[in-house]
Amino acid sequence: MTAGLVEERAAPLARLAALPGVSTASGVAAAALHAQVTGQVLPVLPELADLMPSAGLRRGTTVAVHGSTSLLLALLAGATADGAWAAVVGMPNLGLVAAEELGVEVARLALVPRPGAEFAPVTAALLDGMDLVAVDPRALGRARGAPGPAPQVARRLSARARHRGAVLVALGSWPGADVELSCEPGGWAGLEAGYGRFRTRRVTVRAGGRGSAARPAHADLLLPGETGVTRAETAPALEEVG
Amino acid sequence: MSTTEFFVDDSGPPPRMLVLWCPDWPAVAGAAAAGVPANRPAAVLLGNRVVACSAVARASGVRRGMRRREAQSTCPELAVFAADEARDARLFETVAMAVEELVVGVEVVRPGIVAVPVRGAAGYFGGEDALAELLVDHVSGNAGVECQIGVADGLFAATLAAHRSMFVRRGEAGEFLAPLAITELDQPGAERGELVDLVKRLGLRTLGAFAALAERDVVSRFGAGGLLAHRLANGRAERPPDRRRPPPELTAEKTFDPALDRVDAAAFMAKSLASGFHAGLAAHGLACTMLGIYATTESGEELARVWRCAEPLTPEGIADRVRWQFDGWLRAVPGARPTAGVSRLRLVPEETVEGASLQQGLWQGGEGGEGGEDGVAAERASRAMVRVQGLLGPESVFTAVLDGGAGPGERVRLVPWGDQRAERDPPGAAWPRRLPKPAPATVLAEPMPVRVLGPAGDELGFTARRELTGRPCAVSVDRAPTRAVLDWAGPWPVDSRWWTAVERPEHVRLQVLLAGAGAAALLLRGTGRESLKWTVEGIYD
Repeated sequence: MTAGLVEERAAPLARLAALPGVSTASGVAAAALHAQVTGQVLPVLPELADLMPSAGLRRGTTVAVHGSTSLLLALLAGATADGAWAAVVGMPNLGLVAAEELGVEVARLALVPRPGAEFAPVTAALLDGMDLVAVDPRALGRARGAPGPAPQVARRLSARARHRGAVLVALGSWPGADVELSCEPGGWAGLEAGYGRFRTRRVTVRAGGRGSAARPAHADLLLPGETGVTRAETAPALEEVG
Repeated sequence: MSTTEFFVDDSGPPPRMLVLWCPDWPAVAGAAAAGVPANRPAAVLLGNRVVACSAVARASGVRRGMRRREAQSTCPELAVFAADEARDARLFETVAMAVEELVVGVEVVRPGIVAVPVRGAAGYFGGEDALAELLVDHVSGNAGVECQIGVADGLFAATLAAHRSMFVRRGEAGEFLAPLAITELDQPGAERGELVDLVKRLGLRTLGAFAALAERDVVSRFGAGGLLAHRLANGRAERPPDRRRPPPELTAEKTFDPALDRVDAAAFMAKSLASGFHAGLAAHGLACTMLGIYATTESGEELARVWRCAEPLTPEGIADRVRWQFDGWLRAVPGARPTAGVSRLRLVPEETVEGASLQQGLWQGGEGGEGGEDGVAAERASRAMVRVQGLLGPESVFTAVLDGGAGPGERVRLVPWGDQRAERDPPGAAWPRRLPKPAPATVLAEPMPVRVLGPAGDELGFTARRELTGRPCAVSVDRAPTRAVLDWAGPWPVDSRWWTAVERPEHVRLQVLLAGAGAAALLLRGTGRESLKWTVEGIYD
């Protein structure tokens, strides 16, 4: 009888899981683990892992980061510290001391601060050899007097990343990004009317996107924290008193 | 073709060579580059050991292989220089040019030694003695360095003859070499240290004793390298004289538009050209032992130099020699310098060897010799960066080195890809007045002007006691509407180089937190004495 009951419950689940694009939770977890082991996913800092659909940066995807350069650097930190190579194109103002403090291995971070009119060819060349390529879409758009890249250029670069198994990270909006991370800055701690210094900043990072990233997620972090990126301690939930 | 076939029977003694040797060249070049007079003792150190010293230093007791401290205590007024092959090669160009003014067919063996075929020149100038006398005078007059000359059959015997300022008569090279120590085989660049050590332990202490062994025994015990050394010890040519002329398509040629006039651009170009040139030779099973570098400048001048090398040249060796040569041409004294940039460059394999050609490593490990997957990833990344350098030029791809410094921008030094990433300051060293962690994630390359207003709406200044004239209340970035200051920290004075006596404008740093959305935490920098000029240095975003 028990066997019959299990079968009865499992049947609709099997029917659902058979639909294209639908998988069970255990199936998703197993796929993520498999991808990580086979090197399909570049590691990220553990604080950011919960936000990413496969607990890391899946090779071949495009990630758009909104609202924070620190978040971009934190995203590069896990992979470069693990031995991956990253390149940053068109960001002459990147704070490299901050990058090191957030955990980026600067010896494996190639910088092309001023690609000029050759922005797209340079990015394409770097996608061939690097594991991660971060670009500033505004600099890409500046050449044609627009706020962002032309849609066909963006599509071509994303396709190049997919084909070469690299991760394209855009600091700003990118048409057709697979994962969107946005940073809502909270308050700074450490300043006291002339004394102290900036110490930590509380932020809320929200993740969304397409496909497996469509499930929204968010995390409260200290970015920057006292030591790189740290989880913000959540205020103790108020218990209802009866 | 096997090695034994390659070293076929002799066909007469090797061609007669004249070798011009500048003794202690690294020390002479180091002193000349640093402007140290020749009468002051000088030594060149590599890895804390003396590798070369001038005659004056030797007279006061300095010897090769001494430790730095030992050498300096022996001779307190000793001037010491770091070893630098590029410097040696660059300065030697004047000597090579001086020799070339008198005779043709000059080959630079290594910085410090040039070889000239005697036939022809000796006849023209009326004998070997006259030629040697003329060369010594000309070199000391035009290049200002002392040199010694030796003439003998073959380059090896001639080099040893030059060390002793001797003329060895035709056919007597064997007798000249026989009493010399076996250690003479280990000339710089030949890498025969191991062989010499082994032969010495076998009880053979002179070149003559080694030469007396049967060639068959030598080749069965020591292989091709030993056979070559045996031929040298016998005073025979290191290789049979009738080397085949390489087919002409092996010559690598490149035209530059715009013309090359900077050494760093030439160094970058040398790397890619050298690997292509080497690969072309390797495809024919050849390696180059004598490299001709020919350049044509924009104004039509022809520059040429031949480099000879004991061992087949590797791609890095070729690139080094091209770089040194460019260094010599482009940074020569104004009279000798070409008037325009180089527009065409040709690398010609003047002499090649077969069989022992060098191959590219199958796995080229990354930095620190890490092989495997990491090395492959580094290699891929490096190729991508070199391609970008091809698109944008050598000064376009950087990696950062974090050095000492106070501000977030001052600590970063960008090193073009391919250059040495040497850290100047020990990592983690304390630096006074360093801005505390965290650093701003955005550091503006071009600072943005900003107005910082006090409570009364006036621009904030700086008192003589290094305090702000008031509390910062509002900030207007780049003429935008003012935003209220929620909180601030500072000011921190940045008086870098306070030790220089010159009055310098003061710098202060200030952190401000602004009300409203977007770019709310700023690092400001004020410059000036009474009235401060404020700029945004970084943004904490």
